Amino acid sequence: MHAIALDSKYNVPTIAIHTNAFEKAVQSVTRMHGMPQARYTFVPQPVMGKTAAQLRAYVDGKNPISGRPVMQEVIEGLTRPAEGDHLKETKFERSTPRLVDADTDDNLQQVFLDHNWTDKLPIVLPTEKKVEEMLRHTSRKPDEIAGHLRSNQFRQHWEFTVEKVAVNAVMAGARPEYFPVILALAASGVSARGSTTSSMAAMVAVNGPIRHEIGMNAGTGAMAPYNHANATIGRAYGLLSQNLQGGSIPGDSYMGSQGNGYAYGTVTFAENEERSPWTPFHVQHGFKPTDSTVSIFTGCRSTAFTLGVREKYWREHVRNMLRGMDAHSAPTFLLDPIAARQFIDRGGFDTKEKMIEWVYENALMPASEYWDYQLIQNYIYPRATFGEEPYASKLKAAPQDMIRMFKPDEIHILVVGGETNGYWRIMGCNYQKTISIDEWR
Amino acid sequence: MADTNNGNIAVLNPVGYPPKITPKSMAPRLGTLDGKTIYLVDPRFDDSGLFLRQVKDWFAEHMPSVKTELVEMSSVYTKDDPKTWEMIKANGDGAIIGVGH
Repeated sequence: MHAIALDSKYNVPTIAIHTNAFEKAVQSVTRMHGMPQARYTFVPQPVMGKTAAQLRAYVDGKNPISGRPVMQEVIEGLTRPAEGDHLKETKFERSTPRLVDADTDDNLQQVFLDHNWTDKLPIVLPTEKKVEEMLRHTSRKPDEIAGHLRSNQFRQHWEFTVEKVAVNAVMAGARPEYFPVILALAASGVSARGSTTSSMAAMVAVNGPIRHEIGMNAGTGAMAPYNHANATIGRAYGLLSQNLQGGSIPGDSYMGSQGNGYAYGTVTFAENEERSPWTPFHVQHGFKPTDSTVSIFTGCRSTAFTLGVREKYWREHVRNMLRGMDAHSAPTFLLDPIAARQFIDRGGFDTKEKMIEWVYENALMPASEYWDYQLIQNYIYPRATFGEEPYASKLKAAPQDMIRMFKPDEIHILVVGGETNGYWRIMGCNYQKTISIDEWR
Repeated sequence: MADTNNGNIAVLNPVGYPPKITPKSMAPRLGTLDGKTIYLVDPRFDDSGLFLRQVKDWFAEHMPSVKTELVEMSSVYTKDDPKTWEMIKANGDGAIIGVGH
Protein backbone atom coordinates (compact mmCIF):
# COMPACT_ATOMS: atom_id res chain seq x y z
CA MET A 1 0.00 0.00 0.00
CA HIS A 2 2.76 2.45 0.90
CA ALA A 3 4.68 1.36 -2.20
CA ILE A 4 1.64 2.17 -4.36
CA ALA A 5 1.39 5.66 -2.83
CA LEU A 6 5.10 6.35 -3.19
CA ASP A 7 5.11 5.15 -6.78
CA SER A 8 1.89 6.67 -8.11
CA LYS A 9 1.39 9.76 -5.94
CA TYR A 10 4.99 10.84 -5.31
CA ASN A 11 6.36 9.57 -8.64
CA VAL A 12 9.19 7.63 -7.00
CA PRO A 13 9.94 4.24 -8.65
CA THR A 14 9.32 1.75 -5.87
CA ILE A 15 9.33 -1.97 -5.30
CA ALA A 16 7.87 -3.71 -2.26
CA ILE A 17 9.29 -6.85 -0.72
CA HIS A 18 6.75 -9.14 0.97
CA THR A 19 6.81 -12.60 2.48
CA ASN A 20 5.37 -15.32 0.29
CA ALA A 21 2.41 -15.96 2.63
CA PHE A 22 0.96 -12.70 1.32
CA GLU A 23 0.97 -13.49 -2.41
CA LYS A 24 -2.80 -13.46 -2.90
CA ALA A 25 -3.31 -10.58 -0.49
CA VAL A 26 -0.76 -8.45 -2.35
CA GLN A 27 -2.36 -9.24 -5.70
CA SER A 28 -5.79 -8.40 -4.33
CA VAL A 29 -4.72 -5.13 -2.68
CA THR A 30 -2.77 -3.84 -5.70
CA ARG A 31 -5.67 -4.70 -8.02
CA MET A 32 -8.25 -3.00 -5.82
CA HIS A 33 -6.09 0.11 -5.58
CA GLY A 34 -5.92 0.38 -9.34
CA MET A 35 -2.30 -0.60 -9.72
CA PRO A 36 -2.14 -4.32 -10.50
CA GLN A 37 1.13 -3.68 -12.32
CA ALA A 38 2.79 -2.53 -9.05
CA ARG A 39 6.23 -4.04 -8.65
CA TYR A 40 6.84 -6.47 -5.83
CA THR A 41 8.84 -9.56 -4.99
CA PHE A 42 8.71 -12.16 -2.24
CA VAL A 43 11.04 -13.70 0.30
CA PRO A 44 10.20 -16.70 2.48
CA GLN A 45 7.96 -16.37 5.52
CA PRO A 46 8.88 -15.58 8.29
CA VAL A 47 11.30 -12.69 8.61
CA MET A 48 10.57 -12.30 12.32
CA GLY A 49 13.13 -13.93 14.60
CA LYS A 50 15.63 -14.82 11.88
CA THR A 51 19.33 -14.10 12.27
CA ALA A 52 21.19 -11.66 10.07
CA ALA A 53 22.78 -14.59 8.25
CA GLN A 54 19.42 -16.22 7.61
CA LEU A 55 17.99 -12.96 6.30
CA ARG A 56 21.02 -12.48 4.08
CA ALA A 57 20.28 -15.91 2.63
CA TYR A 58 16.79 -14.63 1.78
CA VAL A 59 18.34 -11.65 -0.02
CA ASP A 60 20.83 -13.84 -1.89
CA GLY A 61 18.16 -16.44 -2.61
CA LYS A 62 15.20 -16.77 -4.91
CA ASN A 63 11.64 -15.55 -4.79
CA PRO A 64 9.87 -18.72 -3.59
CA ILE A 65 6.93 -17.98 -5.88
CA SER A 66 8.56 -16.98 -9.15
CA GLY A 67 11.77 -18.96 -8.63
CA ARG A 68 13.82 -15.95 -9.79
CA PRO A 69 16.59 -14.26 -7.74
CA VAL A 70 15.10 -11.77 -5.30
CA MET A 71 17.60 -9.01 -6.02
CA GLN A 72 17.21 -9.45 -9.77
CA GLU A 73 13.50 -8.79 -9.36
CA VAL A 74 14.25 -5.82 -7.09
CA ILE A 75 16.55 -4.23 -9.65
CA GLU A 76 14.22 -4.94 -12.56
CA GLY A 77 11.33 -3.51 -10.57
CA LEU A 78 13.16 -0.22 -10.25
CA THR A 79 14.66 -0.06 -13.73
CA ARG A 80 12.29 -1.68 -16.22
CA PRO A 81 8.93 -0.26 -17.32
CA ALA A 82 5.82 -2.18 -16.37
CA GLU A 83 4.43 -4.26 -19.19
CA GLY A 84 0.89 -3.14 -18.49
CA ASP A 85 -0.60 -6.54 -19.27
CA HIS A 86 -2.29 -6.76 -15.91
CA LEU A 87 -3.96 -3.40 -16.47
CA LYS A 88 -5.54 -4.53 -19.73
CA GLU A 89 -6.95 -7.59 -18.04
CA THR A 90 -8.55 -5.69 -15.17
CA LYS A 91 -12.21 -4.73 -15.31
CA PHE A 92 -12.89 -1.44 -13.62
CA GLU A 93 -16.65 -1.37 -13.86
CA ARG A 94 -18.40 -3.85 -11.61
CA SER A 95 -21.80 -4.34 -10.13
CA THR A 96 -23.22 -6.88 -7.74
CA PRO A 97 -26.48 -8.46 -8.96
CA ARG A 98 -29.46 -8.27 -6.65
CA LEU A 99 -30.47 -11.87 -7.17
CA VAL A 100 -28.74 -15.20 -7.34
CA ASP A 101 -29.85 -17.53 -10.13
CA ALA A 102 -32.87 -19.47 -8.87
CA ASP A 103 -32.19 -23.08 -7.98
CA THR A 104 -33.17 -25.79 -5.53
CA ASP A 105 -32.60 -25.42 -1.79
CA ASP A 106 -29.70 -27.89 -1.79
CA ASN A 107 -28.04 -26.35 -4.83
CA LEU A 108 -28.33 -22.84 -3.44
CA GLN A 109 -26.78 -23.92 -0.14
CA GLN A 110 -23.86 -25.20 -2.21
CA VAL A 111 -23.70 -21.98 -4.27
CA PHE A 112 -23.46 -19.89 -1.11
CA LEU A 113 -20.83 -22.26 0.28
CA ASP A 114 -18.79 -22.23 -2.93
CA HIS A 115 -18.80 -18.44 -3.08
CA ASN A 116 -17.55 -18.15 0.50
CA TRP A 117 -20.72 -16.29 1.48
CA THR A 118 -21.25 -18.37 4.64
CA ASP A 119 -19.39 -19.28 7.81
CA LYS A 120 -19.34 -22.86 6.46
CA LEU A 121 -22.47 -23.71 8.43
CA PRO A 122 -25.89 -24.05 6.74
CA ILE A 123 -27.69 -20.75 6.26
CA VAL A 124 -31.29 -19.66 5.93
CA LEU A 125 -31.77 -18.86 2.24
CA PRO A 126 -32.54 -15.15 1.84
CA THR A 127 -35.74 -15.28 -0.18
CA GLU A 128 -37.48 -12.05 -1.10
CA LYS A 129 -40.26 -12.87 1.34
CA LYS A 130 -37.91 -13.37 4.28
CA VAL A 131 -35.89 -10.28 3.41
CA GLU A 132 -39.07 -8.21 3.19
CA GLU A 133 -40.13 -9.44 6.63
CA MET A 134 -36.77 -8.36 7.99
CA LEU A 135 -37.06 -4.96 6.35
CA ARG A 136 -40.43 -4.32 8.00
CA HIS A 137 -38.64 -3.94 11.35
CA THR A 138 -36.85 -0.75 10.41
CA SER A 139 -38.14 2.61 9.24
CA ARG A 140 -35.17 2.86 6.91
CA LYS A 141 -35.69 2.37 3.18
CA PRO A 142 -34.27 -0.79 1.58
CA ASP A 143 -32.10 1.15 -0.86
CA GLU A 144 -30.70 3.53 1.75
CA ILE A 145 -26.94 3.33 2.15
CA ALA A 146 -26.42 1.69 5.54
CA GLY A 147 -22.64 1.93 5.73
CA HIS A 148 -19.20 0.96 4.56
CA LEU A 149 -16.85 -1.80 5.65
CA ARG A 150 -13.38 -3.07 4.83
CA SER A 151 -11.26 -5.88 6.21
CA ASN A 152 -8.27 -3.70 7.04
CA GLN A 153 -6.88 -0.23 6.58
CA PHE A 154 -5.01 -1.17 3.41
CA ARG A 155 -8.13 -2.13 1.56
CA GLN A 156 -10.81 0.09 0.14
CA HIS A 157 -14.26 0.34 1.64
CA TRP A 158 -17.22 -1.46 0.14
CA GLU A 159 -20.69 0.03 0.33
CA PHE A 160 -24.01 -1.57 1.18
CA THR A 161 -27.70 -0.83 1.52
CA VAL A 162 -30.20 -1.62 4.25
CA GLU A 163 -31.52 -4.45 2.06
CA LYS A 164 -28.06 -6.02 1.82
CA VAL A 165 -27.85 -6.06 5.61
CA ALA A 166 -31.28 -7.69 5.75
CA VAL A 167 -30.12 -10.42 3.36
CA ASN A 168 -27.27 -11.31 5.69
CA ALA A 169 -29.51 -11.11 8.76
CA VAL A 170 -31.88 -13.65 7.19
CA MET A 171 -28.95 -15.92 6.33
CA ALA A 172 -27.88 -15.91 9.99
CA GLY A 173 -31.33 -17.03 11.12
CA ALA A 174 -32.12 -13.78 12.91
CA ARG A 175 -35.71 -12.87 13.69
CA PRO A 176 -36.95 -9.62 12.12
CA GLU A 177 -37.28 -7.91 15.51
CA TYR A 178 -33.50 -8.17 15.94
CA PHE A 179 -32.89 -6.20 12.76
CA PRO A 180 -32.26 -2.73 14.31
CA VAL A 181 -29.42 -4.24 16.38
CA ILE A 182 -27.92 -5.84 13.27
CA LEU A 183 -28.27 -2.62 11.27
CA ALA A 184 -26.49 -0.69 14.01
CA LEU A 185 -23.64 -3.20 13.91
CA ALA A 186 -23.41 -2.95 10.13
CA ALA A 187 -23.44 0.85 10.26
CA SER A 188 -20.63 0.93 12.81
CA GLY A 189 -17.91 0.68 10.18
CA VAL A 190 -16.21 -1.91 12.38
CA SER A 191 -15.68 -5.31 10.75
CA ALA A 192 -16.06 -8.53 12.68
CA ARG A 193 -13.91 -10.18 10.00
CA GLY A 194 -10.68 -8.21 10.14
CA SER A 195 -7.98 -9.76 7.99
CA THR A 196 -5.16 -9.33 10.53
CA THR A 197 -2.64 -12.16 10.86
CA SER A 198 -3.34 -12.06 14.61
CA SER A 199 -6.74 -13.75 14.15
CA MET A 200 -9.17 -11.29 15.67
CA ALA A 201 -12.78 -11.78 16.63
CA ALA A 202 -15.34 -9.23 17.73
CA MET A 203 -17.29 -8.90 20.96
CA VAL A 204 -20.70 -7.22 21.13
CA ALA A 205 -22.48 -5.96 24.25
CA VAL A 206 -26.07 -4.72 24.08
CA ASN A 207 -27.49 -2.27 26.60
CA GLY A 208 -30.86 -0.68 27.24
CA PRO A 209 -34.51 -1.68 26.84
CA ILE A 210 -34.07 -3.62 23.61
CA ARG A 211 -32.37 -6.39 25.58
CA HIS A 212 -35.74 -7.34 27.04
CA GLU A 213 -37.78 -6.48 23.95
CA ILE A 214 -36.00 -9.13 21.88
CA GLY A 215 -35.28 -11.55 24.72
CA MET A 216 -31.50 -11.30 24.90
CA ASN A 217 -29.64 -13.15 27.62
CA ALA A 218 -27.52 -11.31 30.17
CA GLY A 219 -27.57 -14.11 32.75
CA THR A 220 -26.64 -17.78 32.87
CA GLY A 221 -24.79 -18.81 29.74
CA ALA A 222 -25.08 -15.36 28.16
CA MET A 223 -21.87 -15.73 26.14
CA ALA A 224 -22.62 -19.31 25.09
CA PRO A 225 -24.98 -20.71 22.43
CA TYR A 226 -28.14 -20.76 24.58
CA ASN A 227 -30.11 -17.75 23.41
CA HIS A 228 -31.55 -17.20 19.95
CA ALA A 229 -31.09 -13.44 19.83
CA ASN A 230 -27.52 -13.50 21.19
CA ALA A 231 -26.57 -16.32 18.81
CA THR A 232 -28.06 -15.02 15.60
CA ILE A 233 -27.19 -11.34 16.10
CA GLY A 234 -23.57 -12.36 16.58
CA ARG A 235 -23.66 -14.66 13.58
CA ALA A 236 -25.30 -11.98 11.44
CA TYR A 237 -22.55 -9.53 12.36
CA GLY A 238 -19.93 -11.97 11.15
CA LEU A 239 -21.74 -12.84 7.92
CA LEU A 240 -22.54 -9.24 7.03
CA SER A 241 -18.97 -8.23 7.74
CA GLN A 242 -17.48 -10.74 5.35
CA ASN A 243 -20.05 -10.28 2.60
CA LEU A 244 -20.40 -6.52 2.71
CA GLN A 245 -16.67 -5.75 2.88
CA GLY A 246 -15.76 -7.78 -0.18
CA GLY A 247 -14.95 -11.13 1.37
CA SER A 248 -13.00 -12.89 4.06
CA ILE A 249 -11.07 -15.63 2.30
CA PRO A 250 -7.95 -17.20 3.83
CA GLY A 251 -4.78 -16.18 2.01
CA ASP A 252 -6.57 -13.42 0.14
CA SER A 253 -8.73 -11.18 2.31
CA TYR A 254 -8.22 -13.04 5.60
CA MET A 255 -4.72 -13.62 6.93
CA GLY A 256 -5.38 -14.83 10.49
CA SER A 257 -2.65 -17.38 10.95
CA GLN A 258 -4.43 -19.60 13.47
CA GLY A 259 -8.00 -18.34 13.23
CA ASN A 260 -10.24 -17.59 16.19
CA GLY A 261 -13.12 -19.73 17.42
CA TYR A 262 -14.88 -16.69 18.86
CA ALA A 263 -15.42 -15.54 15.27
CA TYR A 264 -18.01 -18.26 14.62
CA GLY A 265 -20.79 -16.44 16.39
CA THR A 266 -19.02 -13.33 17.68
CA VAL A 267 -19.03 -13.00 21.49
CA THR A 268 -22.50 -11.44 21.79
CA PHE A 269 -24.40 -10.76 25.00
CA ALA A 270 -26.48 -8.23 26.90
CA GLU A 271 -25.00 -6.48 29.93
CA ASN A 272 -26.73 -7.60 33.13
CA GLU A 273 -27.76 -4.07 34.12
CA GLU A 274 -30.38 -5.26 36.61
CA ARG A 275 -27.89 -7.26 38.70
CA SER A 276 -24.90 -5.00 38.20
CA PRO A 277 -23.91 -2.78 41.12
CA TRP A 278 -22.53 -0.21 38.71
CA THR A 279 -23.52 2.19 35.92
CA PRO A 280 -24.41 0.43 32.66
CA PHE A 281 -21.73 0.50 29.99
CA HIS A 282 -23.70 2.69 27.55
CA VAL A 283 -24.40 5.29 30.25
CA GLN A 284 -20.65 5.44 30.90
CA HIS A 285 -20.33 6.40 27.25
CA GLY A 286 -22.81 9.24 27.14
CA PHE A 287 -26.14 7.52 26.50
CA LYS A 288 -29.27 7.61 28.65
CA PRO A 289 -30.34 4.47 30.54
CA THR A 290 -33.44 4.33 28.34
CA ASP A 291 -31.38 4.33 25.14
CA SER A 292 -30.72 1.02 23.42
CA THR A 293 -27.17 0.63 22.19
CA VAL A 294 -24.65 -1.86 20.98
CA SER A 295 -20.96 -1.62 21.91
CA ILE A 296 -18.26 -3.26 19.82
CA PHE A 297 -14.86 -4.58 20.88
CA THR A 298 -12.26 -6.23 18.67
CA GLY A 299 -9.40 -8.58 19.44
CA CYS A 300 -10.63 -11.41 21.69
CA ARG A 301 -7.44 -13.43 21.34
CA SER A 302 -6.28 -13.60 24.96
CA THR A 303 -8.41 -14.50 27.95
CA ALA A 304 -7.61 -14.91 31.65
CA PHE A 305 -10.18 -16.23 34.08
CA THR A 306 -10.62 -17.18 37.71
CA LEU A 307 -13.20 -17.70 40.45
CA GLY A 308 -13.93 -15.15 43.12
CA VAL A 309 -11.98 -12.27 44.59
CA ARG A 310 -10.07 -13.72 47.53
CA GLU A 311 -9.57 -11.68 50.68
CA LYS A 312 -5.86 -12.23 51.21
CA TYR A 313 -4.24 -12.27 47.75
CA TRP A 314 -6.84 -10.84 45.38
CA ARG A 315 -4.52 -8.02 44.37
CA GLU A 316 -1.74 -10.44 43.44
CA HIS A 317 -4.19 -12.68 41.57
CA VAL A 318 -5.44 -9.81 39.45
CA ARG A 319 -1.90 -8.55 38.78
CA ASN A 320 -0.85 -12.05 37.70
CA MET A 321 -3.78 -12.27 35.31
CA LEU A 322 -2.98 -8.88 33.81
CA ARG A 323 0.68 -9.80 33.35
CA GLY A 324 -0.43 -12.93 31.51
CA MET A 325 -2.46 -10.97 28.99
CA ASP A 326 -1.13 -9.86 25.64
CA ALA A 327 0.40 -6.48 26.45
CA HIS A 328 -0.90 -4.96 23.22
CA SER A 329 -4.59 -5.79 23.77
CA ALA A 330 -6.24 -3.83 26.53
CA PRO A 331 -8.15 -5.68 29.25
CA THR A 332 -11.94 -5.73 29.32
CA PHE A 333 -13.25 -7.24 32.56
CA LEU A 334 -16.31 -9.46 32.15
CA LEU A 335 -17.66 -9.94 35.66
CA ASP A 336 -20.45 -12.11 36.94
CA PRO A 337 -22.57 -9.94 39.31
CA ILE A 338 -21.21 -11.94 42.26
CA ALA A 339 -17.63 -11.07 41.26
CA ALA A 340 -18.57 -7.43 40.69
CA ARG A 341 -19.92 -7.17 44.24
CA GLN A 342 -16.82 -8.92 45.58
CA PHE A 343 -14.61 -6.31 43.91
CA ILE A 344 -16.60 -3.68 45.76
CA ASP A 345 -16.18 -5.58 49.04
CA ARG A 346 -12.47 -6.17 48.60
CA GLY A 347 -11.30 -3.00 46.89
CA GLY A 348 -13.99 -0.49 47.73
CA PHE A 349 -14.65 0.06 44.04
CA ASP A 350 -18.12 1.53 44.27
CA THR A 351 -17.83 2.73 40.65
CA LYS A 352 -16.39 1.10 37.56
CA GLU A 353 -14.09 4.07 37.21
CA LYS A 354 -12.45 3.40 40.60
CA MET A 355 -11.76 -0.19 39.66
CA ILE A 356 -10.39 0.88 36.25
CA GLU A 357 -8.01 3.29 37.98
CA TRP A 358 -6.79 0.49 40.25
CA VAL A 359 -6.22 -1.81 37.28
CA TYR A 360 -4.33 0.95 35.48
CA GLU A 361 -2.07 1.44 38.50
CA ASN A 362 -1.47 -2.29 38.99
CA ALA A 363 -1.02 -3.65 35.47
CA LEU A 364 2.75 -3.40 35.58
CA MET A 365 5.66 -5.05 33.82
CA PRO A 366 9.45 -4.53 33.79
CA ALA A 367 10.27 -2.12 30.99
CA SER A 368 12.77 -4.51 29.43
CA GLU A 369 10.16 -7.27 29.11
CA TYR A 370 7.46 -4.92 27.91
CA TRP A 371 9.49 -3.43 25.08
CA ASP A 372 10.72 -6.85 23.98
CA TYR A 373 7.25 -8.14 23.10
CA GLN A 374 6.99 -8.46 19.31
CA LEU A 375 3.57 -6.77 19.20
CA ILE A 376 4.91 -3.88 21.26
CA GLN A 377 7.88 -3.66 18.90
CA ASN A 378 5.57 -3.62 15.88
CA TYR A 379 2.87 -1.25 17.08
CA ILE A 380 4.00 0.76 20.11
CA TYR A 381 7.78 1.15 19.87
CA PRO A 382 7.66 3.10 16.57
CA ARG A 383 5.17 5.53 18.09
CA ALA A 384 7.32 5.90 21.22
CA THR A 385 10.49 6.69 19.29
CA PHE A 386 8.76 9.56 17.52
CA GLY A 387 7.54 11.16 20.71
CA GLU A 388 3.94 9.98 21.06
CA GLU A 389 2.82 9.98 24.71
CA PRO A 390 2.51 8.15 26.97
CA TYR A 391 4.76 5.74 25.08
CA ALA A 392 7.69 8.16 24.76
CA SER A 393 7.86 8.57 28.54
CA LYS A 394 7.67 4.82 29.05
CA LEU A 395 10.63 4.41 26.74
CA LYS A 396 12.75 6.49 29.13
CA ALA A 397 12.30 3.97 31.94
CA ALA A 398 15.29 1.90 33.06
CA PRO A 399 15.09 -1.78 32.05
CA GLN A 400 14.23 -2.91 35.56
CA ASP A 401 11.63 -0.19 36.16
CA MET A 402 8.02 -1.33 36.37
CA ILE A 403 5.94 0.46 33.75
CA ARG A 404 2.20 0.55 33.17
CA MET A 405 0.99 -1.83 30.49
CA PHE A 406 -2.17 -0.01 29.50
CA LYS A 407 -3.81 3.39 29.37
CA PRO A 408 -6.82 3.98 31.66
CA ASP A 409 -9.15 4.77 28.78
CA GLU A 410 -8.34 1.37 27.26
CA ILE A 411 -9.60 -0.55 30.30
CA HIS A 412 -13.29 -1.48 30.47
CA ILE A 413 -15.72 -3.39 32.67
CA LEU A 414 -18.97 -5.16 31.78
CA VAL A 415 -21.22 -7.19 34.07
CA VAL A 416 -22.57 -10.41 32.58
CA GLY A 417 -23.58 -13.74 34.07
CA GLY A 418 -26.28 -15.55 35.99
CA GLU A 419 -24.75 -15.74 39.49
CA THR A 420 -24.41 -19.53 39.46
CA ASN A 421 -20.96 -18.70 40.82
CA GLY A 422 -18.55 -15.77 41.05
CA TYR A 423 -16.54 -16.48 37.94
CA TRP A 424 -15.02 -13.68 35.94
CA ARG A 425 -12.61 -13.21 33.12
CA ILE A 426 -10.48 -10.64 31.37
CA MET A 427 -10.91 -10.47 27.62
CA GLY A 428 -8.02 -8.92 25.70
CA CYS A 429 -9.86 -6.65 23.31
CA ASN A 430 -10.04 -3.04 22.23
CA TYR A 431 -13.21 -1.00 22.61
CA GLN A 432 -14.22 0.50 19.29
CA LYS A 433 -17.49 2.37 19.72
CA THR A 434 -21.06 2.40 21.03
CA ILE A 435 -23.83 2.80 18.46
CA SER A 436 -27.46 3.80 18.95
CA ILE A 437 -29.87 1.02 18.04
CA ASP A 438 -32.84 3.35 18.30
CA GLU A 439 -31.68 5.26 15.24
CA TRP A 440 -32.04 2.08 13.22
CA ARG A 441 -35.51 1.10 14.39
CA MET B 1 -44.42 -12.69 -3.84
CA ALA B 2 -43.64 -16.29 -4.73
CA ASP B 3 -40.28 -17.58 -3.60
CA THR B 4 -40.39 -20.75 -5.66
CA ASN B 5 -40.86 -21.46 -9.33
CA ASN B 6 -41.04 -25.11 -10.33
CA GLY B 7 -39.23 -26.01 -7.16
CA ASN B 8 -36.53 -23.43 -7.72
CA ILE B 9 -36.04 -20.74 -5.12
CA ALA B 10 -35.29 -17.09 -5.86
CA VAL B 11 -32.85 -15.62 -3.35
CA LEU B 12 -30.97 -12.37 -2.92
CA ASN B 13 -27.25 -11.89 -3.32
CA PRO B 14 -25.60 -11.08 0.04
CA VAL B 15 -22.54 -9.30 -1.33
CA GLY B 16 -21.96 -5.55 -1.00
CA TYR B 17 -20.94 -3.09 -3.67
CA PRO B 18 -17.24 -2.79 -4.52
CA PRO B 19 -15.53 0.57 -4.89
CA LYS B 20 -15.01 1.84 -8.39
CA ILE B 21 -11.38 1.26 -9.19
CA THR B 22 -9.44 4.20 -10.55
CA PRO B 23 -6.36 3.07 -12.44
CA LYS B 24 -3.11 4.54 -11.16
CA SER B 25 -0.02 5.13 -13.24
CA MET B 26 3.43 4.19 -12.09
CA ALA B 27 6.47 6.42 -11.91
CA PRO B 28 8.86 6.08 -14.88
CA ARG B 29 11.45 3.42 -14.17
CA LEU B 30 15.10 4.38 -13.84
CA GLY B 31 16.74 2.42 -16.67
CA THR B 32 19.86 1.95 -14.58
CA LEU B 33 20.70 2.20 -10.89
CA ASP B 34 24.26 3.39 -11.49
CA GLY B 35 24.89 6.53 -9.46
CA LYS B 36 21.36 6.54 -8.16
CA THR B 37 20.20 6.95 -4.54
CA ILE B 38 17.79 4.25 -3.41
CA TYR B 39 15.94 4.54 -0.12
CA LEU B 40 15.37 1.35 1.84
CA VAL B 41 12.16 2.00 3.77
CA ASP B 42 11.74 0.09 7.02
CA PRO B 43 8.06 -0.23 8.04
CA ARG B 44 9.27 -1.36 11.48
CA PHE B 45 7.36 -4.59 11.42
CA ASP B 46 8.58 -8.05 12.43
CA ASP B 47 12.36 -7.33 12.22
CA SER B 48 12.06 -5.63 8.85
CA GLY B 49 14.96 -3.31 9.70
CA LEU B 50 17.32 -6.23 10.17
CA PHE B 51 16.23 -7.59 6.81
CA LEU B 52 16.81 -4.29 5.01
CA ARG B 53 20.30 -4.04 6.45
CA GLN B 54 21.08 -7.23 4.53
CA VAL B 55 19.71 -5.61 1.37
CA LYS B 56 21.94 -2.60 2.02
CA ASP B 57 24.95 -4.90 2.45
CA TRP B 58 24.06 -6.67 -0.79
CA PHE B 59 24.16 -3.40 -2.71
CA ALA B 60 27.47 -2.43 -1.11
CA GLU B 61 29.02 -5.71 -2.21
CA HIS B 62 27.43 -6.18 -5.62
CA MET B 63 26.49 -2.71 -6.85
CA PRO B 64 28.70 -0.21 -5.01
CA SER B 65 27.78 2.55 -7.44
CA VAL B 66 24.31 2.58 -5.92
CA LYS B 67 23.95 4.77 -2.86
CA THR B 68 21.49 3.30 -0.37
CA GLU B 69 19.88 5.09 2.55
CA LEU B 70 18.05 3.14 5.24
CA VAL B 71 15.13 5.08 6.67
CA GLU B 72 12.47 4.11 9.20
CA MET B 73 8.84 5.04 8.76
CA SER B 74 7.81 7.74 11.21
CA SER B 75 5.34 5.60 13.12
CA VAL B 76 3.65 2.21 12.82
CA TYR B 77 3.31 0.68 9.37
CA THR B 78 -0.44 1.13 9.39
CA LYS B 79 -0.13 4.92 9.16
CA ASP B 80 0.62 6.92 6.04
CA ASP B 81 3.90 8.79 6.22
CA PRO B 82 3.81 11.74 3.78
CA LYS B 83 6.76 13.44 5.49
CA THR B 84 9.01 10.48 4.71
CA TRP B 85 7.63 10.13 1.19
CA GLU B 86 8.33 13.82 0.50
CA MET B 87 11.86 13.41 1.84
CA ILE B 88 12.48 10.44 -0.45
CA LYS B 89 11.02 12.28 -3.42
CA ALA B 90 13.33 15.24 -2.75
CA ASN B 91 16.50 13.27 -2.10
CA GLY B 92 16.18 9.88 -3.74
CA ASP B 93 15.71 8.25 -7.11
CA GLY B 94 13.87 5.13 -6.04
CA ALA B 95 12.69 3.14 -3.06
CA ILE B 96 12.51 -0.40 -1.74
CA ILE B 97 9.93 -1.05 0.99
CA GLY B 98 10.20 -4.23 2.98
CA VAL B 99 9.20 -6.36 4.50
CA GLY B 100 5.62 -5.52 3.69
CA HIS B 101 2.68 -7.00 5.48
